[in-house]
Amino acid sequence: MEKKKGNIGTESVISIKNLEKSFGLLHVLRGIDLELKQGENLVVLGRSGTGKSVLIKIISGLLKPDTGTVNVLGQYVDKIDNRELQKLRLKIGFSFQNSALYDSMTVRENLEFPLVRNSSHLTRKEVDAAVEDVLDGVGLLQTINQMPSELSGGQRKRIGIARTLILRPEIMLYDEPTAGLDPITCIDINNLINEVQERYNTSSIIITHDLTCAKSVGDRVMMLLDGKFARQGTFEEVFKTDDERVKTFYNYNFTE
Amino acid sequence: MASKPPIRKYFISKKLDVLFLDLFNVYSFLARFFKELFSPPFEFKEVIRQCYEVGYKSLPLITMTGFITGVVFTKQSRPSLAEFGATSWLPNLIAIAIVRALAPLVTALIAAGKVGSNIGAELGSMNVTEQIDAMEVSATNPFKFLVVTRILATTFMIPVLALYTGFVGMMGSFMNINQTEQTSFATFFQGAFQSITFLDIFSSLIKAILFGFTIGAVGCYKGYYSSKGTEGVGKAANAAVVTSMFLIFLEEVLVVQVVAALR
Repeated sequence: MEKKKGNIGTESVISIKNLEKSFGLLHVLRGIDLELKQGENLVVLGRSGTGKSVLIKIISGLLKPDTGTVNVLGQYVDKIDNRELQKLRLKIGFSFQNSALYDSMTVRENLEFPLVRNSSHLTRKEVDAAVEDVLDGVGLLQTINQMPSELSGGQRKRIGIARTLILRPEIMLYDEPTAGLDPITCIDINNLINEVQERYNTSSIIITHDLTCAKSVGDRVMMLLDGKFARQGTFEEVFKTDDERVKTFYNYNFTE
Repeated sequence: MASKPPIRKYFISKKLDVLFLDLFNVYSFLARFFKELFSPPFEFKEVIRQCYEVGYKSLPLITMTGFITGVVFTKQSRPSLAEFGATSWLPNLIAIAIVRALAPLVTALIAAGKVGSNIGAELGSMNVTEQIDAMEVSATNPFKFLVVTRILATTFMIPVLALYTGFVGMMGSFMNINQTEQTSFATFFQGAFQSITFLDIFSSLIKAILFGFTIGAVGCYKGYYSSKGTEGVGKAANAAVVTSMFLIFLEEVLVVQVVAALR
């Protein structure tokens, strides 16, 4: 499924200014500026270990920035208290690289978990309906009573995405959504990301080093090199450059 | 040209830095536990589920070890008492040994191996596979849901299990004495309860509560803050058992000293 362009608003849902983050002597992010518009799919490309995952963990409040500001839906994530952060997190969906499904729970319980805990007023019927609806949306209704260990990698990714969608987030953060999957499943996941954006009108940041994924889902691409965004624009614009570091990245993905 | 001063990596030395950092982390962990314990929402359902996991699922192992402890201790004590013709004191001796020391200690050591390692490995594995992060981003407080509930469950259930171990141990001892000396049930328990004081039971209960808290807290601490990777999970499970066993013996010595002073 090709990405349909359009429906991108002018309002920023995420605004990051001069973000820096170090771990000990390792300076990972060195002055990041980023704007995510309403309804936009933004792809952050970069090699492994360049701090892509750190960036979305800071956005979701799992990590604190050293300097800079991170504004998500009008709130500065590093300045609000825990209660406000919890409320804000209900509007942010986070799809983890390894899906992070709860091993000891069935698919149904995995999906119910965030919903039941954050919407205590819902009846059993409403919870069941919500779980079935979101599972149907990712095409895996038949796995509802299975354990995560019984699912394939692609199914786990889809269930992971479904678990975040059940809270109807405004922003989706995908951490390496196609890592470790076969090419056909990668296409399925890319299609799912586009479907999610259209169906739920989410704004998304997709962290990846997979250029096929970047091309299929990205309205805009930003390339992270040495802790800074070196290039940004459409997929074609980003790779129309003489920068050897960028060209190497492209060649490795498409010609080797 | 003057050479650059070397970058100072440690405040004192690597080992001492790690030790002090670890002590500070333990303090922060315990402080957070007590803070979260008294702040809503309360996870009653999860506490009950954990009590079932800790208590009910440990019953077969506890029953076996408690019973064997009673039988073996009786058999081993008999020859010494027989030398003085005092085998009729066996119920008194067994009751004192089981109530004062063996029941809470055996229960705690078995639970440290079974429950402590389980908690360490489970939380360690959840940490490695980002399940704890997933819980946090879905607006659930993972510390309250995973840590507070488990520590409460072990603190509640180890005293209950210790009481049960005491009962099963006494039954094991009774069966052995009944077979050898033909002592009746009533005579056995009359002798047994004659020697036990309120302080014995109270100090045992306090010990069991302390042991339970220690097993839960150490297991959770080691698992929740385990290093990433599968090696980290193994280390967390191992450290949970070794550290809690060491602390259990230390607490046993301390409580015995305090009770001896009170007697």
